[in-house]
Amino acid sequence: MSEKGSVLVVGGGISGITTALEAAEAGRKVVLVEKEPYLGGRVARMNKYFPKLCPPTCGLEINFKRLRQNPDIKVYTLSQVENISGEKGNYKVTIKVNPRYVDDRSATTQCVEECPSEIDNELNYNMDKIKAVRLPLDMAYPMKLVADRDALEKIKDSDEYNKFASECEKKGIKINLDDVPKTIEENVGSIVWATGWQPYDATKLDNLGFGKYKDVITNVIMERLASQNGPTNGQITRPSDGKKVETVAFVQCAGSRDENYLPYCSGICCLASLKQATYIRDQYPDAKIYIFYIDLRSHGRFEEFYNRVQKDENIILIKGKIAKVTEDPQTKDLIVEGENTDTGEKVGTKVDMVVLATGIVPSTKDEPAPIDATYDEFGFMLEDPAKSGIHPAGCVKKPMDVGSSLSDATAAALKALIDTVK
Amino acid sequence: MEKIGVYIDTGYGIGEALDIDALKDVAVKEYKVPLCKTRDYWCDEDAVGEIKSDIEKEGLDGLVIAGTSPRVHRDIFSFEGIYVERVNLREQVIWCHPAGDEDTQMLAEDNLRMGIARAKKSSFKPLFPETLDEDIDKTILVVGGGITGITAAQGAADAGYKVVLVEKEKELGGWAAKMYKYYPVTSPYTELEGPDIESKIEAVKNNDRIKIYTGSRIFKLQGAPGLFDAYIMPDGDWENKPSYLVYEAKKAALASAEGKEDKKEEEKPPETEAPKEEEIPADAFKERVGAAVLATGWRPDDPNKLEFLGGGKFKDVITNIQMEEMAKNGAIKRPSDGKEVNSVVFLQSLRENEENPLIYCSSVCDMVTLKQARYLREKNPDAKAYILYKNLRAPGQFELFYKKTQEDENIFFSKGNVYGVEEEGGGLVVKVKDSLLGEDIKIKTDMVVLGMGMVPVTLDSSVLNLDYRQNAAVPTNKFGYPDSHFVCFPYETQRTGIYSAGCIRQAMDHASCIEDGLGATLKAIQCVELTSQGKAVSPRAGDTTYPEFFMQRCTQCKRCTEECPFGAINEDEKANPLPNQTRCRRCGICLGACPERIISFGDYSIEVIGSMIKAINVPDEFEEKPRILLFICENDAYPALDMTGFHRMQYNAWIRVIPMRCLGSMHLVWIADALANGFDGMFLMGCEKGDDYQCHFVKGSELAGIRMEKIKETLDRLMLESERIRVETVSIADYNKIPEMLDEFAEKIEELGPNPYKV
Repeated sequence: MSEKGSVLVVGGGISGITTALEAAEAGRKVVLVEKEPYLGGRVARMNKYFPKLCPPTCGLEINFKRLRQNPDIKVYTLSQVENISGEKGNYKVTIKVNPRYVDDRSATTQCVEECPSEIDNELNYNMDKIKAVRLPLDMAYPMKLVADRDALEKIKDSDEYNKFASECEKKGIKINLDDVPKTIEENVGSIVWATGWQPYDATKLDNLGFGKYKDVITNVIMERLASQNGPTNGQITRPSDGKKVETVAFVQCAGSRDENYLPYCSGICCLASLKQATYIRDQYPDAKIYIFYIDLRSHGRFEEFYNRVQKDENIILIKGKIAKVTEDPQTKDLIVEGENTDTGEKVGTKVDMVVLATGIVPSTKDEPAPIDATYDEFGFMLEDPAKSGIHPAGCVKKPMDVGSSLSDATAAALKALIDTVK
Repeated sequence: MEKIGVYIDTGYGIGEALDIDALKDVAVKEYKVPLCKTRDYWCDEDAVGEIKSDIEKEGLDGLVIAGTSPRVHRDIFSFEGIYVERVNLREQVIWCHPAGDEDTQMLAEDNLRMGIARAKKSSFKPLFPETLDEDIDKTILVVGGGITGITAAQGAADAGYKVVLVEKEKELGGWAAKMYKYYPVTSPYTELEGPDIESKIEAVKNNDRIKIYTGSRIFKLQGAPGLFDAYIMPDGDWENKPSYLVYEAKKAALASAEGKEDKKEEEKPPETEAPKEEEIPADAFKERVGAAVLATGWRPDDPNKLEFLGGGKFKDVITNIQMEEMAKNGAIKRPSDGKEVNSVVFLQSLRENEENPLIYCSSVCDMVTLKQARYLREKNPDAKAYILYKNLRAPGQFELFYKKTQEDENIFFSKGNVYGVEEEGGGLVVKVKDSLLGEDIKIKTDMVVLGMGMVPVTLDSSVLNLDYRQNAAVPTNKFGYPDSHFVCFPYETQRTGIYSAGCIRQAMDHASCIEDGLGATLKAIQCVELTSQGKAVSPRAGDTTYPEFFMQRCTQCKRCTEECPFGAINEDEKANPLPNQTRCRRCGICLGACPERIISFGDYSIEVIGSMIKAINVPDEFEEKPRILLFICENDAYPALDMTGFHRMQYNAWIRVIPMRCLGSMHLVWIADALANGFDGMFLMGCEKGDDYQCHFVKGSELAGIRMEKIKETLDRLMLESERIRVETVSIADYNKIPEMLDEFAEKIEELGPNPYKV
């Protein structure tokens, strides 16, 4: 049981980690709740940040270092807030903590390769399979294995499994499928909601071919393809046949700024595509990249990055909205077609791969907080001091880039401090 | 430390891969430690209990725990008041070198030697002076009374802190108070919102915790976090005061630097000094504060630069600021003749043309234009608005306001390049090419509104007039923004305890300014709290060590005062360094800079690292086992090397690793020590440098590179191959490239043959 002056942060992505650390280093006790078995959220699944093109693991590592040395932050992974009652200054929170079903002290991954069961790798958007006992990420926090109970339950009576489990035991890895979720209660004075965002579901965009053609991918999938710890060890290749790519089209506003799908602009997709164009150019000296956009929204100092990318003659920016993507059944080449939004002229080209720049959907759209909080019509959470008193931070509030999420999450930490003034 | 216990972990396969008895002999026979134990998994609860009881029974004050990387189980191996040294046998030994191998064993033994040597030499001293604790003031200074500053002041006061708020204008409110309307930030994001600043100003004025100086500026800010003295000069006569308040030279530099990347030197603010003690006017107020929020905001770019668009030339070509003033005062009329305006052309992205490409976008100009077109139409239902743009930027939910504005049939949008504005027939003509229609067009209009860019005031003025050795201004980046790490440490400047908020650090909208004011205030509060406990702020948050200067040997060479990335060290008249303990970030860059070797931390000094180098057993040349010392930045490169091991990638076992607080703390004498000890090669691995630096301490990696170039010259003079030293930058994600780098270097060293100084 925590003291009254403590802070609950829900969501262990970059925003939640930031709020937790900033509040704790300013003298508060913090409870951080994350539903995945690792911290880092979306950022942990990215290859690089724009505009510096630096790896997110750099920023995560420093935050993990701060976490490891700070006894004032309690981290619950694989956990969810089930119930909140009370009010600002005095909330009672119920948290369900799921077990990892495996205890390995600190991830060694020895034995993991021998695990007889495989599951879809949700982290890589199911592009590949992973072992049912695994370390979620190579730089995961906490550095601990996790087991998929459902998958292992199915094979638990097999000899293969029992041999694996006893080998693990010898190496100090204990699998315990009988472990059960725990429910804990925390008393906190302030709540910050930082559950982040989900990529817009591209299968809803019928005309753009996602889910129909293998080589039509989304921007979040591109991040995994380009990542060293992704399904292709960082090699950007066509999902259909593993071939190198020579031409790639980026379709901006895939579902965004469109009343049929997402009426708002996600603010970061233009920059993400410019960044991803540099990934491809780094790997393929001759590749040609077409970026189809309505307005290139590189606000603030990102403009300089836009100017830098524009200097690459092989990155061609075309003002136009793509209406459809089709596949040549013989060559598997993709044909993108549309029109210049200003002039009405037809635009289009034939490419090896299409990347849909899909937008940000707040996680609260499908999973609102278990208290009567306030949202806008798209599911973004709003401050409501007179009602729930919960503070949204990061992309749960509006679409934002990583730097903005960090500044926003730091601001949320001050709000939490104010709520818990002794 | 006096009495050290050594704990060797045999779990994780360490026991199988290494000869544990031989390792134990290193501790017991070579170093004669009073206690050395081995077992599987010292991290287990009962094992930790055993360590605790050993500490008590044996009176241990230091522990050497050999097993996992120090990045693992830090929380478990943490004992109050006990020095803990971790020896990496897992990630950097058995995971990346063959088991049961002679070279692997030698590496493990050397790692243990280095760990024990370091633990023996380290101490918790110097202790942070307790007296400081009582003196630390936690008042937050907020400079700038616009929306950002007001929010910051209110936030700090609400969190229980005293505030001193300084605003140069006679009234609080800044630009926010001058606005007629705001564009919407609340759902459904389609209608204009009224200014709401008055109530916020009132709240700040009526708050007992907030002391307000309006019509005032900071004449001088001296001291350090927790101990700053702000000299506040009231009532406006600053323009006639000494010239350090205005950087005319800087303004000129900005004008010439726009778009010209080769003029970086000119972009730097001129070196200036804070006013001297005797220059402080008698009527200046003195306030003791703990940390500062810099929220002095922006000014519009100069419209005279846009002469080709009639800026500063035609009366009816006005800025968006003038438009706002006009709307606030009532009707929108032509400045030239006071007639009602029936058509307005709005121009955006004005600094973007071939000669003068935009360095940065001011983010909000398009939204301001949409807002102004909307209220123009409200005030004058017959008026038409033409909005000419390149990329209309309405990010996030602002898109809905854009969409709503597009519904108005009398607001026309077109992409296009405006190449001129002329006076013609009592009105204006706007000339556009590359328009939607594909041909050049001319638009006749009553008035033109220029969407001016926003310039941070740090470009014009030193603002805080810091009494710092390096410069009176907070260092700025190529955009003129005073920041240090744009993505990951958003509010930080290169001056400890001074945090930037709002449009001073990048152009942003009203709602973002509010959040920014709160965020920077949190950092300021965190700074005074950590400082009062003698702890460092981020990125070494919580570190209680700090550097001690052995002044008797100082030669006043000024290197430490010049090279500290945070300007922590001042100088007295004789150029003696005056360390400001609470400004210190504990990176050790001053230690690396000092040729006299007088700067030390208790656990990180010339002697401590030197003892590690000397602890390594260097085989003689006949054994044909070269030795390479890898000085590695502990922030990014060290974790990357751990990941190399995690992925079971193998590399040369001749390499011995010494982690550095920052590569900038690397001292040349360690190279000499290593050469004297028979090392054949030295490899330095740090973070990315340059404009997009990843160095956590801004300049450390760059400084290390410069120093090594110098030592290479010396080596060449000594007829010793300079290739024996290599400096590389890696990112944390480069773990897969590290083995090749190290192996290739090892090959090179083998080719060069043994270090001639080898015994």
